[in-house]
Amino acid sequence: MDKHSALLWMEDVSKSFPGVQALQNVSLHVGAGEILGLIGQNGAGKSTLMKILSGVYMPDSGEILLGGEPIQIHNPHHAQELGISIIYQELNLMPNLSVMENIFVGREPGLPLFVSRSKLERQTRAILDRMRMHLRPTALVRSLSVAEQQMVEIAKAISRDVRVLIMDEPTSALSETEVETLFDIIRQLRDSGVAVIFISHRLEEVLHICDRVTVLRDGANAGDVAVKATSREELIRMMVGRPLDQFFHRDSHLDESGNSADTVLEARGISRRGTALNPDAVVLDNVSLALKRGEILGLAGLVGAGRTELARVIFGADKRSSGEIWIEGRPAKIQSPVDAIKHGIGLVPEDRKGQGLILKLAVRVNMTLANLDKLSSLDFVQQGAERRVVDDYIQRFEIRTPSPEQRVVNLSGGNQQKVVISKWLMLNPKILIMDEPTRGIDVGAKSEIYELMHELASQGISIIMISSEFPELIAMCDRIICLAEGRVTGEVTREEATLETLMHYCTLREQVVASEEGSAAA
Amino acid sequence: MTSQSISKSTTRKGGTDWSAYASQFGALGVLIIICIIFAVIEPAFVSPINLFNVLRQVSIYGLLALGMTFVILTGGIDLSVGSLLALSGLVAAAVYKGGTGLLSAGTAGQAAGFGLWPAIGAAILVGILGGLLQGSVVSWLKVPPFIVTLGGLTAFRGLALLFSSGQPISTFTDEYKFWGQGMIGPVPVPVIIFLSFAVLAFIILRYTRYGRHVYAVGGNPEAARLSGLKVNNVVLSVYVITGFFAGLSGFLLSSRLNSAEQVAGVGYELTVIAGVVIGGTSLFGGEGGIFGTVIGILLIGVLSNGLTLMNVSPYIQQILVGLIIVFAVFLDQLIKRRR
Repeated sequence: MDKHSALLWMEDVSKSFPGVQALQNVSLHVGAGEILGLIGQNGAGKSTLMKILSGVYMPDSGEILLGGEPIQIHNPHHAQELGISIIYQELNLMPNLSVMENIFVGREPGLPLFVSRSKLERQTRAILDRMRMHLRPTALVRSLSVAEQQMVEIAKAISRDVRVLIMDEPTSALSETEVETLFDIIRQLRDSGVAVIFISHRLEEVLHICDRVTVLRDGANAGDVAVKATSREELIRMMVGRPLDQFFHRDSHLDESGNSADTVLEARGISRRGTALNPDAVVLDNVSLALKRGEILGLAGLVGAGRTELARVIFGADKRSSGEIWIEGRPAKIQSPVDAIKHGIGLVPEDRKGQGLILKLAVRVNMTLANLDKLSSLDFVQQGAERRVVDDYIQRFEIRTPSPEQRVVNLSGGNQQKVVISKWLMLNPKILIMDEPTRGIDVGAKSEIYELMHELASQGISIIMISSEFPELIAMCDRIICLAEGRVTGEVTREEATLETLMHYCTLREQVVASEEGSAAA
Repeated sequence: MTSQSISKSTTRKGGTDWSAYASQFGALGVLIIICIIFAVIEPAFVSPINLFNVLRQVSIYGLLALGMTFVILTGGIDLSVGSLLALSGLVAAAVYKGGTGLLSAGTAGQAAGFGLWPAIGAAILVGILGGLLQGSVVSWLKVPPFIVTLGGLTAFRGLALLFSSGQPISTFTDEYKFWGQGMIGPVPVPVIIFLSFAVLAFIILRYTRYGRHVYAVGGNPEAARLSGLKVNNVVLSVYVITGFFAGLSGFLLSSRLNSAEQVAGVGYELTVIAGVVIGGTSLFGGEGGIFGTVIGILLIGVLSNGLTLMNVSPYIQQILVGLIIVFAVFLDQLIKRRR
């Protein structure tokens, strides 16, 4: 395939955001009637690339050709006019309108102001029949399952004469049979000459449905192979690729007798069902783990693996369907964050701005928020004592703020994170759960956070560290537990941990786990 | 971080943080400008008698606005205060007189009922119960506060009508009227009550753990919950506080007017919300405070007083008040954007 025979051709596309080079000279092409898989770790640049294609971002440089003609995509509307449609993981439908109204929204047939419902229904039915989708045009979208809503999105794209259809993790919320139905539809699209870009973490599915795979890593191309000529192992190698030289290795936090150290926290058979989209979805399935004193335990997994959900359940922020939490050898009744805090657990949440901080309020107020009980007498906050402890933490962690009264929103990401960490350290926690503690933080502040974590572990605080960056986990953690689709799929010690082993466990799917266990037993 | 914010905060290190008040300064500026204009055009405006008159006129609004500030700081709203005020006023009067209706208790100057303190207590109790009910629905059943208190607005008014059979309860003894009409030295009693509670509310919001929790819940309820705050209890409590002030104000208004009426307090909620918002408290919660609320309420009082002194038609007054509400909030946002 060359520049002029490919339906879509992207060459040397670069895009940077303040402080981050998101894409560097990335090339991608897909032909009419081809299904292209696009894979890469979290943050590899898949979303940025797709947002450029769908007109959300403008590239800094590079060339895009559609049907051999150079194009510029000005905005999402323009992308659709060009025949490029994207179906996001979070579907973009209006729940209180019918299927047909959603498909033709903004382009309703009929006179201006008056929609011809019969024509609308006829045109909708024509598309649904052609794609063999069993949907009623007049059904309310709200009443449909996730899989059916996805069909509506696809029908919407078809009604716009789609030439390139991008699907971002379309199978993540679907059941086995629904996935098969979706694949049938995708194949029909291919056979009718549509170019499909299929983004997924599920390598088995990519190998199953796609004709070719493009791999991204750290915002650059890392491979482009025909599915027939590759394997799961090769794809994993391409995804992780980089050598581990940028991180220092250090000694284990545990004593020589690591195994006999006290277990501080134990989660036994934690399950959680139901998400906002799908009340039957399995979020966590019988997850167990044990955390030792002074240990940094890593939780690895791809998007949707259940890492954050597990952290929230342990902290009492979300309810669990079943399972027990034991603290220091005793069952702990943790139903809410209040209970978790009483048991000496702190949570540094993934969404720092949305859940960790009150952005409008001062550094001082944020820092002491969880600790006001100790700082107050007769409900009056002891201003002097509060001041001293806040100043102490600002100095100790070198938090760069002009004053404790500065609103947190004005601090840099790294300093904001130190404020969140300070909030918990004031409570002398036994256990700190840190969800993506270095996300969105510049390199210098990152290493400060790493230092801090080592220091806390050496003081005997146990840390559960969640991160999407495998190298970070490998460098920091004494032990790493891998999750995939809400299940524990593997556990590795610091000696065993490599990018390949982690990626292997994190992309295991249920049947694979079962069959591996089966073969192990046999 | 801008260099501007650095210099501003470092100069005040260790002391009160005036930047926290910045959102409340917009209204203060407008208030000062308007006072100067009135003073120049109509010197009678600045006489102590007139100034106390303004304060007396705003004291009922002011008390309600103190409670409303707590609610709005959590990101909520309470539309029921006017109706709850009417109901509490009638209850106070009925307890004092020993029954409802014009004929229930003898003539003026005779207290056939249960005495003054039970009357005040009953009014406040009714207010607190009303707030407890609405706050429970908001915090535990998660019905939006706008809807819950819109229901309260209608239901409490209906309850007031039902309770009094549509009749006002009027003519009280001097001990009852003292609270709304009396003076201590040159200062009207309701003004003293208003300012005392304003100081108390200011201290609670600024210096107590509870006050912190109110700001935190309004600023980011999820972060507050994850920091171990009992968010539902805080939300419940602020409706109890508005209920308390509605109850107290109900008694004071009946005392001031020498009559408890079913139509008392109609539309007060909007004036009170306007005052709180003019004072720089964000309807999204987490920002603002009592200082601004007092200024905002004074601004509304000063405007209507000054314009009346200048013989401006009440029709035009309404137009001007409307424009100034929008202008004050615009000015406030302008200041915030600069920061």
